[in-house]
Amino acid sequence: MPPADRLTGLTIREARELLDSREVSSVELAQAHLERIAAVDDRVSAFVTVTGDLALEQAARADERIAAGDAGPLTGIPMQLKDNMSTRGVATTCSSRMLEGFVPPFDATVTRQLYDAGAVLLGKGNLDEFAMGSSTENSALFPTRNPWDTDRVPGGSSGGPSAAVAASECVFSLGSDTGGSIRQPAALCGVVGMKPTYGAVSRYGLIAFASSLDQIGPITRDVTDCAMVLNAIAGHDPRDSTSIDFQPPDYTQALTGGLNGVCLGVPKEYFAAGIEPGVEDSVREAIGVLEGLGASIEETSLPHTGYALAVYYILAPSEASANLARYDGVKYGYSAQDAETMWDALEQTRQHGFGPEVKRRIMLGTYALSAGYYDAYYLKAQRVRTIIRREFMDVFERFDALVMPTSPSVAFKLGEKTQDPVQMYLNDILTMPANIAGIPAISVPCGLSDGLPVGLQIMGKPMGEQTILRIAHNYEQASPWQHEEGPEL
Amino acid sequence: MPTRLTQDEVRHVAALARVAMTDDEVELMRSQLSNILEHVSVLNQVDTEGVEPTGHSVDVTSVMRDDEVADSARLEDVLANAPSRHDDFIRVKAVLE
Repeated sequence: MPPADRLTGLTIREARELLDSREVSSVELAQAHLERIAAVDDRVSAFVTVTGDLALEQAARADERIAAGDAGPLTGIPMQLKDNMSTRGVATTCSSRMLEGFVPPFDATVTRQLYDAGAVLLGKGNLDEFAMGSSTENSALFPTRNPWDTDRVPGGSSGGPSAAVAASECVFSLGSDTGGSIRQPAALCGVVGMKPTYGAVSRYGLIAFASSLDQIGPITRDVTDCAMVLNAIAGHDPRDSTSIDFQPPDYTQALTGGLNGVCLGVPKEYFAAGIEPGVEDSVREAIGVLEGLGASIEETSLPHTGYALAVYYILAPSEASANLARYDGVKYGYSAQDAETMWDALEQTRQHGFGPEVKRRIMLGTYALSAGYYDAYYLKAQRVRTIIRREFMDVFERFDALVMPTSPSVAFKLGEKTQDPVQMYLNDILTMPANIAGIPAISVPCGLSDGLPVGLQIMGKPMGEQTILRIAHNYEQASPWQHEEGPEL
Repeated sequence: MPTRLTQDEVRHVAALARVAMTDDEVELMRSQLSNILEHVSVLNQVDTEGVEPTGHSVDVTSVMRDDEVADSARLEDVLANAPSRHDDFIRVKAVLE
């Protein structure tokens, strides 16, 4: 068996090879990752819960499947799940005091799919409370740190999952993306993150933030792994009435083939003021690589891009204010006990159970939906959403995909943007439009700026996952820096 | 689109949202929400005359499922999460004063 430090930092395929050749057992692989977590997570803080016993139990079952010749691509592969996805019998906190002590009586559909595939759960990943934030500093438990520089944030809200993959604490993780929460932290941590088409992956058991925008997707070490994880989770779910009824393809088949004849649009609004020069340089260079691979590159325009942030900050808080009305301190989670009446208990539970950003968004959404303001805010934002989506559909008449930066900046220092909510919101300015339009988008590492990772974002047509995976994979194979070592911890 | 909120408006919205707030929280919320509302007021610049609102990016219609008997969550698992319980019931504070 290879030494334990050679058993982490592997792609799914590399781990698969070791498992299939019986060089390593799934139990050994799980143990190596649990040791890695024990060694580095006090510096990274990517895990809210580590499920050591469960992992070893699941790994033992995976070894039985492997021995019986019944292994699938993910059987025996150690994973993490973002802690807003329900895991039966395992605490699910949403990194909020509000879900203190909550143990879900059911599995999310993605949890069930990955368990059935034989993946091994190492634990749950930290996030901004209720997935509201862009730095994981809004976690009510503790902030996660970027493995590339532990004075810096990993991005958010899937900061735990992205940092865990970057720090080799798990082979892959799942994130959720409402305005960029998979892609932005993936970019800042130098890993691959994909937000699939809205409805392509079931949201059943994903603790709801903004239901018309939320989408689950893979966070992985490379693009092939992304396709492999997507294979396990994509598809229709009768338990999610918004999931699309379709037969998912084998996404790994989409990775073959070059870029000849592929038309890529470069929307100029995504290179406007506010983008760090180092980020723009890396992304322009990556676009040059794509051109060298045979893609045709043409500048284009999505004139209403600048309004996406405003649309988002009406729609997401409005939906959140409705979704989070369920937290009443009665059925589960935190409950203020000192109050005299039920109404006082309810108001005090919500005062102390929710953190500042969550309360801000509940207030903003409640205001936008309240009598007299509904038309001016909510309906107006939904109309502008129509325009933004239509603009994308028009541009996709001419282009197979769009390429741009994922995040306007590299990872910033902890505390740098926590004083001003609007400054924090601007981190997602390049990712939100894909959620508003419901289209798929992937972030793939495209180099370093000042020693910190930069992400290239590729947006595709609705259900265009195969196209953006192929583009991302072609870029990844051609880009020399991808094969360099990850962060040292 | 109004962009400056008063403390009374914040208190009204907090009551709608069922969130208790101290006076300091009300003032901080007033200033931060006003700032955010000022940013979102750029939407006024967009001509949306005759544009239909989009609720979901995919067409969502009512979905029916077959009415089949299946397992649901176990009572004990569900009640185990209740902050306060009495036998097989969840206990709440007095509803009527």
